[in-house]
Amino acid sequence: MSTNTAMVEKYRNNFLKEVEANVEEGEWVKMCMQCGVCAGSCPLGNAWEHPPQEIFMMIRAGKREDVLTSDSMWMCTSCYNCIVRCPRELPITHIMHGLAHYAKRLGIQPKGNPTQWFSEVFWNNMMKKGRVNELKLGLSMYFKDGFVSGIKESLKNAKLGMNMQKTKRMAPMEFFGGHGVKNPGDLQKIIKKAQELEAARIEEHGK
Amino acid sequence: MSDIVASNETIVVVGGGISGMTSALEAAECGKQVILIEKNASLGGRVAQLHKYFPKMCHPTCGMEINLQRAKRNRNLRILTMAEVTEVTGESGDYSLKVSLKPRYVNENCTACGECEKAVEAEFDDEFNYGMSKRKGAYLPHNMAYPQRFVIDANIIGTDDATKAKEACKYDAIDLDMQDEVIDLKAGAIIWATGWQPYDANKIQPYGYDRYENVITNVEFERLMDPQGPTGGKLVRPSDGKEAKNVAFIQCAGSRDRNHLRHCSRICCMASLKQSKYVRSAYPEDGKVSIYYIDIRAIDRFEDFYKSVQDDEGVTFIKSKVANIIKDKDDNPVLKGVDTEGYNRYETPYDLVVLATGMQPSVDQNAFPIDIVINQDGFIEPDESNGAIFAAGSTADALDVNRSVQHATAAALRAIQVVNKAAGTGA
Repeated sequence: MSTNTAMVEKYRNNFLKEVEANVEEGEWVKMCMQCGVCAGSCPLGNAWEHPPQEIFMMIRAGKREDVLTSDSMWMCTSCYNCIVRCPRELPITHIMHGLAHYAKRLGIQPKGNPTQWFSEVFWNNMMKKGRVNELKLGLSMYFKDGFVSGIKESLKNAKLGMNMQKTKRMAPMEFFGGHGVKNPGDLQKIIKKAQELEAARIEEHGK
Repeated sequence: MSDIVASNETIVVVGGGISGMTSALEAAECGKQVILIEKNASLGGRVAQLHKYFPKMCHPTCGMEINLQRAKRNRNLRILTMAEVTEVTGESGDYSLKVSLKPRYVNENCTACGECEKAVEAEFDDEFNYGMSKRKGAYLPHNMAYPQRFVIDANIIGTDDATKAKEACKYDAIDLDMQDEVIDLKAGAIIWATGWQPYDANKIQPYGYDRYENVITNVEFERLMDPQGPTGGKLVRPSDGKEAKNVAFIQCAGSRDRNHLRHCSRICCMASLKQSKYVRSAYPEDGKVSIYYIDIRAIDRFEDFYKSVQDDEGVTFIKSKVANIIKDKDDNPVLKGVDTEGYNRYETPYDLVVLATGMQPSVDQNAFPIDIVINQDGFIEPDESNGAIFAAGSTADALDVNRSVQHATAAALRAIQVVNKAAGTGA
């Protein structure tokens, strides 16, 4: 009996349960039948460490560390090819983003990942005024790797910038403040409340 | 047609494929009055279009021959072809049916000599070969057709071809004045055996069935291998007639997929294993087969068959559902995806790709002639509220021939009990 219990414990997949409790749409992971259509349909699949199919199998195999530190879910461009083709209609794109979000919450996401960095810049940029300041967002991309390379990058694209100004696709005055929603303070309050609710939910259900 | 006598002791069987023929023959051989109604011009259904059966690799024509002998011998069985049930009213033990009969334009005098076929010129897609070859406007549906009588295609009526056909006939068998007819029948019980159709492969867009000539379906592959088929039994590919020596099968093409058919069609695994033997016997030296699968469902006694295919070095199994197909410059379909055993990305060209398309029940959910319980997959459920309407074979579930025949025999027994009660002889 005791050996039995030990064996059961060995095969009890705590990580799958953890994913189901903490990851958005995580309860779908067990429905994957490992057909491989998502992996084959991903246009960027060959650039990732693990295709979605493999990630789902790794979750079920309890490979917590490998899954949460993988760069795969950060590379998803939300093209939705996998969702459209999945024979079991798993919300694969959402699960991938859910996993990324959970890894970030735990602070074990892969470091130096460019899409992750961009997401943060985008969020902070948007939260200031309630609207994305495209000029500043673009510039922060140019200056991502320091001042010198930023200047070089800007000069390289100077002509593009001029043309965008001419066709009113870029407003240089946005650099000074820029426009936003009527009451950014209210938006920030809404987001803060949402964050509190989420924190409370994690406190209650999560680990 | 007024000579048809039917009462509430009659069993009407709808559909003249292997299931319908079985139900009809079993009931008729038990002494019941049976009317078999077939939509097409000949009995046989999908099974008549198969090259070989699994697992014995014998020809369906053999069993067909036996069933036709039984049908010809039996005085209790009345067969109506080119007939469709349009209306059903009543209840268990007392049904009334309306059956519409399409004109064949050929009467009982026909000896199947084929002179009319020679005389006409217009050609149409041959349904028997899934449109892969042409047939004339006057034709015999297939070699084993029963009744063994020619048909004049309704499309040539009123043209010169029709007159030519009539003039060519030495037996006064062609009657161009035949009209649509509607007849009334009574029945105590009805067996519904309208069978299945292959799932429309055009709907599986990533596989490009509509764009690539060398991507075909498993039912088309059966015709390709048949000596009576469009290529005379030669395994060559449609685009250029080149020998197809490197063939891939894609399993679950449209089955077990919530975007297509939700159910497992159950026959496609065995069909592909069987068809891989076709390839290997056509090209024993250098024929190669790759089977892309999610899992192989060779149920119970078919395990041996699966083993024998696995043991063949010319057959490779790749655990992966193919993501999409592209075409290279030589018209080769190229399969793309990731395999589940190792997560390796592949991009492999083949001479010919066969989609193992699934079984879609031929039951019109929206226009069934009477209230009936149909499940989410389109099959008829065995439900008491269906009264004495019994589904047989693949109208009830995705079944292979063997199981369809068993199921159809069971349906005959159920129907017999109903008409026995109607006759007052007890259940």
